[in-house]
Amino acid sequence: METLMEVKNLVTRFYTQEGTVYAVNDVSYVLEEGETLGVVGESGSGKSVHALSIMGLIPSPPGKVENGEVIFRGRDLLKLPSDEMRLVRGAEIAMVFQDPMTSLNPVLTIGSQITEALKLHKGMSNREANHRAAELLELVGIPDAASRLNNYPHQFSGGMRQRVMIAMALSCDPKLLIADEPTTALDVTIQAQIIELVKRLKEEFGMAIIWITHDLGVVAGISDNIQVMYGGRIMERGSVEAVFGDTRHPYTLGLLESLPRLDEESGVREKLHQIEGSPPDMRIEPVGCPFAPRCPYVLDKCWEQQPPLEPGEGSEANHLKACWVDVRTAEPNPVVAEEGVA
Amino acid sequence: MSTVAPTIDTQTQKSSNGKDGDVLVSVRGLKKHFPITSGIILQRTVGHVKAVDDVSFDVYRGETLGLVGESGCGKSTTGRTILQLYRPTAGSVQFEGQELSTMKGEELRKMRKRMQMIFQDPFASLNPRMSVGRIVSEPLRIHKTVPRNQMQEFVENLLERVGLNPYFINRYPHEFSGGQRQRIGIARALALNPSFIVADEPISALDVSIQAQVVNLLQELQEEMNLTYLFIAHDLSMVRHICNRVAVMYLGKIVELGPTDEVYDNPLHPYTQALLSAVPVPDPIVEKQRQRIILTGDVPSPANPPIGCNFNTRCPVALEPCFHEPDPPLIEHTPGHWAACHRVL
Repeated sequence: METLMEVKNLVTRFYTQEGTVYAVNDVSYVLEEGETLGVVGESGSGKSVHALSIMGLIPSPPGKVENGEVIFRGRDLLKLPSDEMRLVRGAEIAMVFQDPMTSLNPVLTIGSQITEALKLHKGMSNREANHRAAELLELVGIPDAASRLNNYPHQFSGGMRQRVMIAMALSCDPKLLIADEPTTALDVTIQAQIIELVKRLKEEFGMAIIWITHDLGVVAGISDNIQVMYGGRIMERGSVEAVFGDTRHPYTLGLLESLPRLDEESGVREKLHQIEGSPPDMRIEPVGCPFAPRCPYVLDKCWEQQPPLEPGEGSEANHLKACWVDVRTAEPNPVVAEEGVA
Repeated sequence: MSTVAPTIDTQTQKSSNGKDGDVLVSVRGLKKHFPITSGIILQRTVGHVKAVDDVSFDVYRGETLGLVGESGCGKSTTGRTILQLYRPTAGSVQFEGQELSTMKGEELRKMRKRMQMIFQDPFASLNPRMSVGRIVSEPLRIHKTVPRNQMQEFVENLLERVGLNPYFINRYPHEFSGGQRQRIGIARALALNPSFIVADEPISALDVSIQAQVVNLLQELQEEMNLTYLFIAHDLSMVRHICNRVAVMYLGKIVELGPTDEVYDNPLHPYTQALLSAVPVPDPIVEKQRQRIILTGDVPSPANPPIGCNFNTRCPVALEPCFHEPDPPLIEHTPGHWAACHRVL
């Protein structure tokens, strides 16, 4: 497998009136060609901001990518001048957002929005672009595609709009598709349709995918590798089988135990395991491990030193965790929830 | 097998469903239609959105009944219509044998003490200009159930009970996180010591790591205070965990109703089957082996439901009668397990 993209020491911050938000803190990873990477995290974990940083879409001010490199096919995207970055965005890296209503322009037809990228990046004529747009709509499962090119976004349902977004994203045959919570706003039966569609398109186009979500169930079904983020850092990363089957980070472990399961009889667990406390306030400069205040395995040094992201003892070489503790042997202590006001 | 013309008798017999067969809330033929109007000055009604269309079920004392379905299926409207926050278009809602749909004014207000609601969005459901103490004590001041000089102590106890520090009584909602705000909303709902609570998506706006905290709290309170919940949700995994029985809604109607494990292990209605198969399970090994039933198309508009069975536009197993015969009735197939489908025999 060839490396498609390497993210090194990415740091993104927002300088707001209420103080500095430490959104992404030293994130590094390698993405292979054709890999599907699931990025899991709660709100404020930095999962979306890290993707926007890669795309050069951080609004500045107040945001700023303070440090790091994003080497995509030999070039550092963070150092590209904006006109060159425009040629990468949409052509080589495409993005699908959570809310398909706000990411489509309501006053332009679907056709004109899809053909825009084709004309810009591929230099197609109007007629060629329209033809290709109709093919793309058909590919994402929109019936009667050619005539729907003249429709406006409000004439489509939520699931159909997300299909249009995917058609737009794939129009220039990108090497990487970043999908930021693409199914969160959709109902579960429509979510299943979209996931099935993306799986099929991936086989056809062979692009790599970064799928950002808070739903551990969704990543379990589609990813090769997963990356769990918390407090702007990667907590655990590895193949989907390793992270779910041989979990090494207390946060991942806590999340998995707190989830009820569809295939589990009711009443098997009287109470759900709960992670005490609240997610961290990202306006406080991170010192030590961000999960320390909620961690049942916490040690003294967790408060001072951020553990490096490295393979755990006896785990697969590409299964990394950022934790000082070996959760297989350590004894959890009850966490006393801090009575704080956010 | 008995058909539904659900008199209270036919449903109370199946005491195996509820915890003790004692009916607290009884809903019969409930309809809520919202008019669609056209015109700017002279508004004419040009149609109706049939948000809830002939729904019947019982809620047993002490149980948690889950009400699930996709957005727009009428589950929230059902909850609000039961509480008379919307007045029903037709049908009856009985609470402990008393008919609510014809009650008005003071009489209805008295009943409201007994039934409360927890809302989805803890950011929108708390008045930002009121302190926590005022928010939680507002129902007490309206219903005058607690003397003024004991109010502070009462509210502090309530806050403690829902896991908040009573010291926060004078703070304002913006100072709290989402999970803490939801606890404030729960304290407000409990202030009048109700017996029935409609929880409308109480955890879906919360982070994953906070959801378990709130669900555990709701379960503890249920035991302590002998509460009955109507738990409206779209997270089917969570519903299995906390509900005794579950009702599945599609386009304003209940398509399946039964004990939770029974419905999940042996779903009768094709919609329930598809819905359950679409829920992802956080386990890659299980996920690789699962067969999904992928429904085509979208939910039709409740303003213009299809002729015949409501589900016929997306049903993978629809037969010819499903397209022209009237809606299939909700029929009891095994004790306590009801489904509305021509295909289930």
